[in-house]
Amino acid sequence: MMEKMIIGRYVPADSLIHRLDPRSKLIIIFLFVCIIFLANNFFTYILIGIYTILMLGLSRIPVRFLYAGLKPVLWLVLFTLLLQVFFTKEGSLLYELGPIKIYEEGVRQGIFISMRFFFLILMTSLLTLTTTPIEITDGLETLLHPLKKVRFPVHEMALMMSISLRFIPTLMQETDKIMKAQIARGVEFSSGPIKERIKAVIPLLIPLFVSSFKRAEELAIAMEARGYRGGEGRTKYRLLSWKLADTLQLLILVVLTILLILLRS
Amino acid sequence: MREAVVSLRNVSFQYENQSSYALQNVTFDIFEGEWLAIVGHNGSGKSTMAKLLNGLQFPQSGEISVCGIQLNEESIWDIRKKLGMVFQNPDNQFVGTTVQDDVAFGLENHGVPRNDMIFRVEDSLKKVNMDQFLNQEPHHLSGGQKQRVAIAGVLALRPSIIILDEATSMLDPKGRGEVLETVRTLKNEKSLTVISITHDLEEAAKADRIIVMNQGEVYREGTPEDIFSMDDELVRLGLDIPFSIKMSNAFRQKGIDLSKHYLSEEELVNELWTFRSKI
Repeated sequence: MMEKMIIGRYVPADSLIHRLDPRSKLIIIFLFVCIIFLANNFFTYILIGIYTILMLGLSRIPVRFLYAGLKPVLWLVLFTLLLQVFFTKEGSLLYELGPIKIYEEGVRQGIFISMRFFFLILMTSLLTLTTTPIEITDGLETLLHPLKKVRFPVHEMALMMSISLRFIPTLMQETDKIMKAQIARGVEFSSGPIKERIKAVIPLLIPLFVSSFKRAEELAIAMEARGYRGGEGRTKYRLLSWKLADTLQLLILVVLTILLILLRS
Repeated sequence: MREAVVSLRNVSFQYENQSSYALQNVTFDIFEGEWLAIVGHNGSGKSTMAKLLNGLQFPQSGEISVCGIQLNEESIWDIRKKLGMVFQNPDNQFVGTTVQDDVAFGLENHGVPRNDMIFRVEDSLKKVNMDQFLNQEPHHLSGGQKQRVAIAGVLALRPSIIILDEATSMLDPKGRGEVLETVRTLKNEKSLTVISITHDLEEAAKADRIIVMNQGEVYREGTPEDIFSMDDELVRLGLDIPFSIKMSNAFRQKGIDLSKHYLSEEELVNELWTFRSKI
């Protein structure tokens, strides 16, 4: 049960998008999130749509995985759509039923904004679906490296992230174990009123907390014994390699940006 | 006389907020290429000793030197390179997200160039027989496998001494066997010095020399034969005697006079099946 909850939802495959450098993927996603706001008419949205679908196609991620990523936010998209449709009062009146009035501009805005949401979620899940968490961490570390100048602890942040990622499954297994131990002692996690169920989580959380602290301490000792003394003078085992495909992908995005600026109204 | 790689002179150590000493006036040498077992019950000071040896704690008085280098704040980083440690909990010493990242962790810390790193990671994983698991994540490995990865991590730094701090106590018998066998092979190949800190006398029985710790002091020092002839005294110190020793003692009480103390079941069995012919 716990195995399914692992964050990241990385889907291993050998596609063009999988092979991209995590740095270029991070930059592309970041820029995409910015330029999507340039789109404001039919043509620009079509352009963004084509680009998104093209990227998804290149990643060879099965549609069901994309759907799984979309499912939790589908309600939010629907909600914003309805909000726009009912509360925008611009353009010509399309439909009227008692106090409910639907205007043309409302429908237009509603569709655009939910499209925008849709593309955003698809593109960001494309990042997590095609990049392992550790690659993302590495990418972030190198991208944020210049921040070191303003004393931002880049290396420490990256190490913290990678250690957290490494310990998620371990802590999941432990939670499972403690849960079973508590169930054996008569705690009920899955039935009874909500208040009781929340209370039942306490005997789960406390042992988990205590053991996490113990783990952290032992890990720190082990790290020190293995010669860890901060980021200074450290070499890196994982190597990121920026390839031609990465530059091309960025160029495509630049072209898209120019087109969007030209076509927007 | 063989050379002492580690030497402790009148070392005393006290944890903060504790009235009694965890280690008191401890003096001994560890020689090159030997397998030394340090045994003792919980709180006898044996784990404190491990922490002192690689500078995770500093003694209040006394001197420790490793490979001829005096242990102090400045030299700990050099000493940690020479002296690798494998800890008790297989999970809590696994830093990397995959097997190869974990082995590389120590190398990264010491600033080993990447090309050299790739070779050393693969080489040391091959030596502990874990080279098919390069990209495996830790939660898919057994305890014994994780400990072997930890050993590879230590080996990659090319140490001259390995300390096993209760490294097998959380493993099942199979994992324990694997880990000890790996260390034994490596010790013979690379003339490593092994210090195994344990409360498992069965593990200690295979060492070259045993130091028995009690209440922060060196209680007795000797070969496994010497130590196991202490019998009841060991039990009084809170240590459990291996089965083969218990068995030979029981024989002796029944009036069957075996020639010596048996450290392994195999030896005992050999004596027993040849015993009749001697009468």
